Amino acid sequence: MGKIFTRYGDGTPTEMSESELRADLEAGTADAADRGKIPPLSEDELNHLYDIFSSPYKFISVEPGKEIVLTYDGAHVKMRRHGVNVERIQGLQIYEKVMGADTLELCHVDYSFKPIKPMVTFEQPVMEQALLITHAPMFYGAMPNLGLYSQPDGPFPNPSELMPAGKIEEAQESHEKSVEAAVEDIVYIGSCMIECGADGINIDSTGAAGDADFLAALLATQQLKAKYPDTCIEIGMAGEFILGMHAGLEFEGTRLAGLYPHDQVKLVEKAGATIYGPVVNTNTTESTPWNVARVVTFTKAVGEVAKIPIHPNMGMGVGAVPTCDHPPIDTVSRASKAMVEICRLDGL
Amino acid sequence: MQMTRGMKIQEAKAYVANKLKLSVSEIADPVIMTEVRQDLKLGCMSPQAGDAHGIEAKFRIAEVLGIEINCVNKFKNKVGL
Repeated sequence: MGKIFTRYGDGTPTEMSESELRADLEAGTADAADRGKIPPLSEDELNHLYDIFSSPYKFISVEPGKEIVLTYDGAHVKMRRHGVNVERIQGLQIYEKVMGADTLELCHVDYSFKPIKPMVTFEQPVMEQALLITHAPMFYGAMPNLGLYSQPDGPFPNPSELMPAGKIEEAQESHEKSVEAAVEDIVYIGSCMIECGADGINIDSTGAAGDADFLAALLATQQLKAKYPDTCIEIGMAGEFILGMHAGLEFEGTRLAGLYPHDQVKLVEKAGATIYGPVVNTNTTESTPWNVARVVTFTKAVGEVAKIPIHPNMGMGVGAVPTCDHPPIDTVSRASKAMVEICRLDGL
Repeated sequence: MQMTRGMKIQEAKAYVANKLKLSVSEIADPVIMTEVRQDLKLGCMSPQAGDAHGIEAKFRIAEVLGIEINCVNKFKNKVGL
């Protein structure tokens, strides 16, 4: 076989020899195993990844019977971002009728719960109207985004200023107050949308601001499920690792800082969430085979312990998809096939 | 089925296939499913005149799959059904 075409994690095209491909697959799985303290991929699984990457075809897919469903974050927002001037409901109709979306998600362009609170009455009629003219299940989605709760954007002292000044306890107290406020906002907005008829709430990019951010999502989920037991709550993550910005926060006796996806899912289940969306970040300076082997190793560990459906995030910069505005189909299809065929996924 | 019953993908596929009296492979076939969707008024990607649209399709989906759909229940309450 000649050189094998692939890409770096930033999308830049490159070529590898067979031995280079094999070496990168082994290094990728070893990196995940070392960081997550989980088993590396087996020889058979590495051989399967090798076959996927050595396929000469530009687009590849899964075997019949292994199809999965897709959920989307901020669906219609991508239309406006790309200069397609359609309103939100039209965007959802395009997703459903033109792109064949399995699920839909209404959201505000800010995509954070806090700024939506004062204008939620403007969001509710849009949700009600969207539900009338679409037939795919409809989420309302936003991020906990705890960064918005500290000064200058929010009411509480900024932990990033307190920490360098040695004010550790004050910084932790600020995080704790932010959690309380965020939970109140998420439950309020989630309730408003469920009362309008939404099929589910997507608490997305969870953990972006660290352990306090993740805790807010877990506590809000717990409260929403107590209030609306039949509602679907999806918790999608922001990154593979919970940053210990507070470092002492716990949920049901488990410290949140430092958790990788296979441990995160256990807490997501305890909180009562319906679907979990793990994230594994793409390393832009490593090859796609390295990134795919790494993400499959982490996600396989999630699939082996998850009791609820899992929908790993696969988009620009996560799930081994290159960090570029237009992820190439050769790479996206290889990463997707690898994920579906090796991990026990229920969707993406 | 994942959203309303928390089913994993294979269980969900088997449930839907059973309700539609199809095989699991048939529910992933766009030609077969367009006919089934039109016959049962479940909504489809390229609806023709007379096909179920939007909330109409969700009424039928709730009935055929035996699930509660939040907005369908809200609709029923609003119009007094």
